[in-house]
Amino acid sequence: MVKHPANPSEERMAYLEGLITQAKTAAAVFSQFTQQDVDGMVKAMALAGLEQAQPLARLAREETRIGVLEDKVIKNMVATEFVYNYIKDKPTVGTIREFPERGLVEVAEPIGVIFSLIPITNPTSTVLFKCLMAIKTRNAVIFSPHPNAWRCSSEAVRIMYETAVRYGAPEGVFTCLESHTLEDNAYLMRHQDVALIDATGGQGAVRAAYSSGKPALGVGPGNTPVYLEKSADLSMAVVDIIVSKTFDNGTICASEQTVVIDDEIYDSALKKFAELGAHVCNEKETEILGRALFDRQTGCLQPVAVGQKATDIARVAGLTVKPATKLLIAPIQGVGREHPLSVEKLCPVLSVYRAKSTDEALRVCVDVNHAGGLGHTAVIFSRNDDAIQKFSQVINAGRIIVNAPGSIGALGGVYNDMVPTFSFGCGTAGGNSTTDNVNIYHYLNLKRVARRTPAAMWFRVPSQIYFNFNAVENVRQFPSRSTVIVTNPGLEQIGHADIVRRYLPLEASVHVCVIPDAEPELKAIQQGVEALNLYKADQIIALGGGSMIDAAKIMKLKYESPEADLEELAAPFLDIRKRVVHYPTEKINPSRLIAIATTSGTGSEVTPFAVLFDKEQGRKVTLADYSLTPDVAIIDPQFVMSMPKGLTADTGVDCLTHALEAAVSTYASCYSDCNAMQAIRMVFKYLPAAYQHPDEEEARSMMHNAACIAAMAFANAGVGVNHALAHAFGARFGVAHGRANALMLPHVIRYNASVPTKFRPSPNQRAYVADRKYATIAELLGLDGRTIEEKVKSLAAAVEQLLDQLAMPRSIAALGIAKDEFERALPDLVKIAFDDPSWLSNPRMPLMSELEELFWCAYNGRGTALGTSAGQQAA
Amino acid sequence: MATIAVQFKIDEKRVVRGLEEARDTLDGAGPEMMLDLSAVKRIDAPGLRALEELAARADEKAVNVVVRGASIEVYKVLKLMKLETRFSFTN
Repeated sequence: MVKHPANPSEERMAYLEGLITQAKTAAAVFSQFTQQDVDGMVKAMALAGLEQAQPLARLAREETRIGVLEDKVIKNMVATEFVYNYIKDKPTVGTIREFPERGLVEVAEPIGVIFSLIPITNPTSTVLFKCLMAIKTRNAVIFSPHPNAWRCSSEAVRIMYETAVRYGAPEGVFTCLESHTLEDNAYLMRHQDVALIDATGGQGAVRAAYSSGKPALGVGPGNTPVYLEKSADLSMAVVDIIVSKTFDNGTICASEQTVVIDDEIYDSALKKFAELGAHVCNEKETEILGRALFDRQTGCLQPVAVGQKATDIARVAGLTVKPATKLLIAPIQGVGREHPLSVEKLCPVLSVYRAKSTDEALRVCVDVNHAGGLGHTAVIFSRNDDAIQKFSQVINAGRIIVNAPGSIGALGGVYNDMVPTFSFGCGTAGGNSTTDNVNIYHYLNLKRVARRTPAAMWFRVPSQIYFNFNAVENVRQFPSRSTVIVTNPGLEQIGHADIVRRYLPLEASVHVCVIPDAEPELKAIQQGVEALNLYKADQIIALGGGSMIDAAKIMKLKYESPEADLEELAAPFLDIRKRVVHYPTEKINPSRLIAIATTSGTGSEVTPFAVLFDKEQGRKVTLADYSLTPDVAIIDPQFVMSMPKGLTADTGVDCLTHALEAAVSTYASCYSDCNAMQAIRMVFKYLPAAYQHPDEEEARSMMHNAACIAAMAFANAGVGVNHALAHAFGARFGVAHGRANALMLPHVIRYNASVPTKFRPSPNQRAYVADRKYATIAELLGLDGRTIEEKVKSLAAAVEQLLDQLAMPRSIAALGIAKDEFERALPDLVKIAFDDPSWLSNPRMPLMSELEELFWCAYNGRGTALGTSAGQQAA
Repeated sequence: MATIAVQFKIDEKRVVRGLEEARDTLDGAGPEMMLDLSAVKRIDAPGLRALEELAARADEKAVNVVVRGASIEVYKVLKLMKLETRFSFTN
């Protein structure tokens, strides 16, 4: 459990509250400022910081006695010039980024009051950097400098504040805590009006920030491993490491700590270090240095060593080195407690390790990384891309610097194109919320304005559809060397296959594959695929009803792509464009599929669906993909003239259900609507005649066309809850699909036309329109009704009347199914119907209780009203 | 029917002064004062302080201060400062 320091005294609290009020007011006032306002201030502040870079550096060096004056000047310049260069053209007020193609806009919202901790190691540059970021993003900051760097940090704050206010910033936008305690910090960190803590500093400060319960950017210590790989440009690497490790006497937490050197170049690397002013310690000196630099009890670096010159450290440790020594190099034999120099040393002391192999080198780098440097920074010098890639995979660091100095490289903008910063995010491994170089975007709340995107719609059907009597003649225009006609025994027997054969090109060798006329089973499919392979088919003609065409679709799929896993391809999906599994696009046996329908209902000749019966598992597997759609559809009524009366009625009702469901589907479009509406008109006009007078060619022909037209509608718009109910009921009680549809249809119309109990997300539609769609259909059919409700009622009645004409059973009870048997089956029926993807495009999202109610309506039949206790009514 | 005793239109160039004048007339303002901020495009820290003082005085005198025509930007500043609860707003 985190132990919070006690509250400050009342007098102190009043002081702190005053700071908060000032900052809060400034932040509120700042929220009214424009981009132009802040950009003017930021430029003036950058110039002021540059002008004061040297005085501030001098002040920092004098006060902290850490680091190198000249380097601190550079740091101050980087913190102003480089940061300004990065942020100057970036929008931070109002709309900052737009993605018109995605309908997305990002709008900036200031954070408010930021409480910011400043480290002793970079006491002025960090202030300059954070001030520029805060003004650019319209935030107010309360600074809490390190106690031993208060004068220089507060002077940096003063310079930035006065410049900002001179250029119009709100008064109180920056304040700086006077000499403060841990209690002060804790109080401010927990204060309700502080929106964000930006803690750059030691581990304690970062931990306190994260423990406060406030959003925090905590940036703490590191332990940078360097891999000096054998392919590296050694001269460059050694200079870069010296530049980096001696920069401000090693006070940047990203600077190199342990260099792991490949055996092959170890000696020459150390020789170069020595030539350029490094002192390479012997074993004894390394031991002495370790003892001098680290507290034996805590294992922590002695604070007095931080940022000191190499010669001073050597002197204090009792080592004799040349006066111009820049860097102390200490060879170590391992990483961990027993090797004190293997951890972070914020001074010009560098450990080196001789690695006998790449694996060993990487392992030691990982060890260093895990010894206090997780998430921070790592460096590799190499000309081998594989080595660089491997290093970046195994090392956990927010910044992996390649062939450049670690400290200055990590700051960004000097040796690489990383974002300039003085705060390094160390990711979750370092207890931070980010691995980024902290920048202006961490000082903003980004609001995403997401516009409703226009729904991507489509209308996909076979590229060629031939219809009317003798349309089958068109098969002759498709070149083929080997055609396989897939059909059933009955059609083969009555000579339908021969009719097709008659029109095939003479050069085509033609084979007939006869499979049982039932829902296609896996075994039959496999046999069919064997036949296709045997005859090396380049054309498949499916001749039959829906089941036969479905079988041919699956055969083609397995023939062209034998590796296709039907089980996986049948995986459920919500949106066909975003489905998890994808149908194969590579085809080893490309072939053409021509579908010749011999029934007028399923429309499989133009749809992307195929149903497979898995006999072993005893279940149906539905495949859906536009790649399954036949290439050519032939709607020739000569093949349906002999359809029995019952089949005419069943398939005709199926066609009507397709059209009615597609018309009100949430995926309906003007393209599918015109097909659906026309099909409905044709069914009402021609189905009774086709049923009563089977020899009437026009009625047969028009019903054959209607089935195909309705299928084009539902192939693109989908079906609905009627199909979900019918699938479940039909499979359980062995009732033909068309009949099962008929039992549900009038009830589903009434159900869909009423206000949904639960609306479902349907980005394709702008309003709930099912009732109006039904009313439009009623108008097209010339039915009575003045209001929408009346028209819906008329439509349902007309459907009832049509079903009567077709002698369709009008209730489940009328099929002879006992009420108790039905009642027992009902829970399963509801579950199965709910799992059926057919209803996903239904305009009403069916609740399970509503599915049950609809089943009861179908059981009781005509006159059952939705919303009544239907079960009781049946009694 | 309620009558509005005093109406104050605040000039953007002298927000603080205007608010102070409004505050000083609260004594005779009756039950309600109308403060027209429609000319104030941006409010600064002294303006906020003056508004807070006016709110405090209005509380003492039991006067309901109705702010009229505050831009959404100014309204948001009042919201951030939690000052909006001290006033009524009208367009």
